[in-house]
Amino acid sequence: MAVSGVLLVLFIIAHMAGNLHVFEGPEEMNAYAHGLRTFGEPLLPHETLLWIMRLGLIAAAVAHIASAIVLTRRAARARPVRYAHRRPARGESRHAAATMRWGGVVIVFFLVWHLLDLTFRTVNPVKDAPDAYGAVVASFTPERWPVTVLYLLAVIALGFHLRHGIWSAVQTIAGPDHKWRKRTQIIALAVAVIVSAGFAIVPLAVTFGLVS
Amino acid sequence: MKLRLRIWRQAGAEDKGKMVPYVIDGISEDASFLEMLDVLNEQLIAEGEDPVAFDHDCREGICGACSLMIDGQAHGPQGATTTCQLHMRQYSDGDTIDIEPWRAGAFPVVKDLVVDRSSFDRIIQAGGYISAPTGTAPDAHAVPVPKPDADAAFSAAACIGCGACVAACPNGSGMLFMAAKVAHLGLMPQGQPERHTRVLGMVAAHDEAGFGGCTNTGECSAACPKEIGLDVIGRLNADFRKAATRAA
Amino acid sequence: MSTHEYYVDGDPIADTKAPDGPINERWERRRFTGRLVNPSNRRKLRVIVVGTGLAGASAAATLGELGYRVSNYCFQDSPRRAHSIAAQGGINAAKNYRNDGDSVYRLFYDTVKGGDFRSRESNVHRLAEVSTEIIDQCVAQGVPFAREYGGLLDNRSFGGAQVSRTFYARGQTGQQLLLGAYQALERQVAAGTVELHTRHEMLELVVVEGRARGIVVRDLVTGEVTTEIGDAVVLATGGYGNVFFLSTNAKGCNVTASWRAHRQGAYFANPCYTQIHPTCIPQSGEHQSKLTLMSESLRNDGRVWVPKAHGDDRAPADIPEDERDYYLERRYPAFGNLVPRDIASRAAKAVCDEGRGVGPGGLGVYLDFADAIGRLGEDAVKAKYGNLFDMYERITGENPYERPMRIYPAVHYTMGGLWVDYDLQSNIPGLFVTGEANFSDHGANRLGASALMQGLSDGYFVLPNTISDYLADGPFEAVPEGHEAVDAARKAVDDRIAFFLGNDGDRTVDSFHRELGKIMWEYCGMERTDEGLRKAIGLIRDLKDEFYKRVKVTGKAAELNQELEKAGRVADFFELGELMCIDALHRTESCGGHFRAESQTQDGEALRDDEHFSYVAAWEFAESEPVLHKESLEFEYVKPTQRSYK
Ligand SMILES: Cc1cc2nc3c(=O)[nH]c(=O)nc-3n(C[C@H](O)[C@H](O)[C@H](O)COP(=O)(O)OP(=O)(O)OC[C@H]3O[C@@H](n4cnc5c(N)ncnc54)[C@H](O)[C@@H]3O)c2cc1C
Ligand code: HEM
Ligand code: HEM
Ligand code: SF4
Ligand code: F3S
Ligand code: FES
Repeated sequence: MAVSGVLLVLFIIAHMAGNLHVFEGPEEMNAYAHGLRTFGEPLLPHETLLWIMRLGLIAAAVAHIASAIVLTRRAARARPVRYAHRRPARGESRHAAATMRWGGVVIVFFLVWHLLDLTFRTVNPVKDAPDAYGAVVASFTPERWPVTVLYLLAVIALGFHLRHGIWSAVQTIAGPDHKWRKRTQIIALAVAVIVSAGFAIVPLAVTFGLVS
Repeated sequence: MKLRLRIWRQAGAEDKGKMVPYVIDGISEDASFLEMLDVLNEQLIAEGEDPVAFDHDCREGICGACSLMIDGQAHGPQGATTTCQLHMRQYSDGDTIDIEPWRAGAFPVVKDLVVDRSSFDRIIQAGGYISAPTGTAPDAHAVPVPKPDADAAFSAAACIGCGACVAACPNGSGMLFMAAKVAHLGLMPQGQPERHTRVLGMVAAHDEAGFGGCTNTGECSAACPKEIGLDVIGRLNADFRKAATRAA
Repeated sequence: MSTHEYYVDGDPIADTKAPDGPINERWERRRFTGRLVNPSNRRKLRVIVVGTGLAGASAAATLGELGYRVSNYCFQDSPRRAHSIAAQGGINAAKNYRNDGDSVYRLFYDTVKGGDFRSRESNVHRLAEVSTEIIDQCVAQGVPFAREYGGLLDNRSFGGAQVSRTFYARGQTGQQLLLGAYQALERQVAAGTVELHTRHEMLELVVVEGRARGIVVRDLVTGEVTTEIGDAVVLATGGYGNVFFLSTNAKGCNVTASWRAHRQGAYFANPCYTQIHPTCIPQSGEHQSKLTLMSESLRNDGRVWVPKAHGDDRAPADIPEDERDYYLERRYPAFGNLVPRDIASRAAKAVCDEGRGVGPGGLGVYLDFADAIGRLGEDAVKAKYGNLFDMYERITGENPYERPMRIYPAVHYTMGGLWVDYDLQSNIPGLFVTGEANFSDHGANRLGASALMQGLSDGYFVLPNTISDYLADGPFEAVPEGHEAVDAARKAVDDRIAFFLGNDGDRTVDSFHRELGKIMWEYCGMERTDEGLRKAIGLIRDLKDEFYKRVKVTGKAAELNQELEKAGRVADFFELGELMCIDALHRTESCGGHFRAESQTQDGEALRDDEHFSYVAAWEFAESEPVLHKESLEFEYVKPTQRSYK
């Protein structure tokens, strides 16, 4: 869980940074997308890096979802009878119990749409593969505001997921002492906020016409 | 004061069980929570009903026997307090209080509010000790222990084995209990030789017993009457990682 | 053989195992003369250990490790919850790590004197010798004792001792020692040498042809009654302070195992010796179910006082300095607030009897930290006693930093118990008794921090060495299914259960227990008189009759039935209570925890009568009147002197 989670975190940070190319204009963004595909050419075949990354990503995602399912089923068996009286959580990661699993599901649904939208372009008006910029802009036009809302929702879910996920992964892998645990929690929160904001800004910018 | 109680009644392990309402009056605010239940039981016996079974012994917060889920909080609303140390001045006249047993697959209900926590003993059997055959020990001063380590070991060793951590954990995990022991023994020089086998053995016994996995939500520590911190879980994880890599 | 009003005289007894010779060689000699069991034969011998407190868990773990087959029982759901877990203060050992003049001999001397010359010199010396090994053993197990910055063990002085020989783990020494023993025990369970039976209560001892051969137990979850047969039985079932209903003991503490053995012939020694602890949180009302001890260490900095005027119910802060009576400092200028437990307890009772007590019912005295806070600052006081203050506040709802604590004495420890010889064997061959359940090492009064020492000494070091002398004759003949002794024991248990459940009564067990406790506290508590004890015996007998007529026990036999458990325990407390009163009545002297108002010095201090009472009173059970066997006590090394704390 932790290892796959960390890989996903690394991807998500890189992805967010990549998305910010949007603000540099169509050429830069498309060049970046192109660069990813032609990295190492002609030594390496087309899209090598991208596929290595994709395979790693798929493996991580599968491992991540699989272990999430295992953990969830174990938890269900570990508490076969629920409490009659339930209370809000009061632990150090008090949103985690409520947000991690449902948040994960939200992210999965989002991803399906997202891949159809921006990778396969099935649901995107811009079918021209190299024009990532155009696809992004087309995706978030004001008329398609529900798409923007869906993205924002996913980004919020992701923020919660990261807030807990990052420190949780550090706790699982490194086992920090009290001082470092508190620091990790702060870092996790910061990363979560930055990543969420970094993602959210793109659709918002497009929707409100700052990028077109 | 007068209180409405809703208590989980279950005749035996096989019985289905349900929440049953009771009303009791004339409770002193100086009474402890368990003394309030004593009063209820006296009343039930007088009415020819079966009194409510609950575990308790020392009634001073150290044996770890008492174990009630009170309004959805393990050991009730007061921090760092066992059920037996909770006093009725925390409540006001007319309050409704829900009382349930610890809920965990690894802690099956025996009767009413009494659960079977022998799974904790099995975790200890799987390595929660330092092998020191009687009579073979060197002089106590032969191995100095740095005071910070000794203090940290003590803080972890303060666990009373009550199971509130499991009861509070959304995953029904016994991680905090297990990690407290791993941390206590792992912080002492005496505990080093068995450090790796201990953590592997205990984690295996923990999983075998049907506890859930830890996802670091921290509810356990918030419910722990001895305020065992999440750093013990970090220590267990680190030890486990090292032990597992070495074993592999 | 003469007859007295409540008992008859029996033959004197002697401790036939006690070695003679120089006191510091006796234990070694006994170990050498005792026979051993060949390691390959140990597997064939089953030892039943009842109790998982310090005394029981340490014995079971050690015997298991030696290769015996051990069955270990406790009534709690886990061995770790035995009452030993509650001990706060510490454990003594003659390590002399402070270089402050301590030695095995000094610990021996202090303990004999502290026991007010009513213990056996040989036993006490052995205890002092073994004390050092206990600390080594516990440290090796990882017990997190308090340490100093240099990494070495810290010590403190405890209970008025002049040397610092007490090892401690914050305020939870008993817990940490018990967890050490519990973990050693669980290790043996994993190794397959010890079989653990939790939530099982011993309800009868099985004696076959004069030997203790087994026990009858009830599974507290299913209600099933079974018999286990073995080659020896060890009782490590703790003390009986709960006969008083309110005490510092855990709710489950009981005398049943000991009492059942007593009824089968084991002598009960010095039942009247009870220790009353001066610093407990007073009772707050009728709902009270137990009393909580506040560590003795509080008396190091707190000052004890009551108002000078009777019935002065002003808030403590409103009572001016010159209207307060710091009675301990006034009466005992040399020791002041640090006088021994029994003296502090009686003094508190005296001022409350005068009507100067404070708090609900006038049963309390102030323990005031205002001076200490003024002198050391609140932070320093918090660092030293913070957790105790928090505990006090949780229980009473009062803040002891602002308002003096209220304290009152409470029953704490029972020095009496089943009679054992130097080998810890009772007069029934094959029945061994360890820890608080036996009477052996504390005489008429126990020093602070020495019960933990005794429990572990018995379990780790003494019993495993002495029991082999008995087991060397084993394995004993198999006891066939349906043997009459087994059947009789089982039938006794079944009949009792059937009686309680079938009784058409209308009063709860607790209501009887509470009433018995009040009688015991009133007449057989801190101060005892001829008249009061006679009255108590009558009251107890009447109450007992009423108990059997009117007690109501709900539920069934074949289930978890906590009322049924209590009923059996309270039934035994009635019989014990009566014997305690008879013992207290017959001992017309005052000694240690036993204060007879008729026997005091002019200043109101306990006055011993060595000429007539320098003996252990070992009582034999009889349906009519108990039989008194005396074991006389000789003091070769520590000559009896009268205590003085002026
Ligand atoms: C609040 C408090 C503080 C104390 N502080 C100190 C201190 O600081 N220093 C010190 O030296 N001493 C202290 N003492 C005294 C000391 O704790 C006890 O004397 C000692 O722990 C007794 O140990 P034990 O093993 O003999 O019995 P216990 O620990 O009482 O164990 C009895 C065992 O017997 C079992 N048992 C009993 N009856 C039955 C039955 N019928 N069937 C099956 N099992 C049975 C129980 O389940 C339990 O496992 C304190 C005592 C109290 C109450
Ligand atoms: C695809 C959908 C996803 C699902 C179903 C999912 C589900 C889960 C679940 C159930 C947990 C463990 C529960 C918990 O810790 O409370 C978890 C942990 C975690 N997730 Fe996800 N997640 C998903 C996507 C992601 C993504 C995209 C990232 C990275 C950005 C991520 C990073 C993490 C991290 C770091 C952890 C903590 C690992 C640990 O506890 O050791 N997850 N996830
Ligand atoms: C909200 C702002 C987001 C924007 C503008 C955005 C944009 C893009 C674009 C343009 C692509 C296609 C890249 C390419 O094919 O060259 C892409 C792919 C992808 N995105 Fe996003 N994304 C966003 C959020 C997210 C989030 C929150 C996640 C994960 C939880 C995510 C996961 C992915 C994945 C897995 C791919 C496929 C990568 C691949 O094809 O290798 N995206 N995204
Ligand atoms: S860790 Fe805390 S909550 Fe869990 S068993 Fe120990 S004391 Fe109880
Ligand atoms: S609440 Fe449960 S998830 Fe882990 S941090 Fe505590 S065991
Ligand atoms: S009864 Fe012992 S901790 Fe509550």
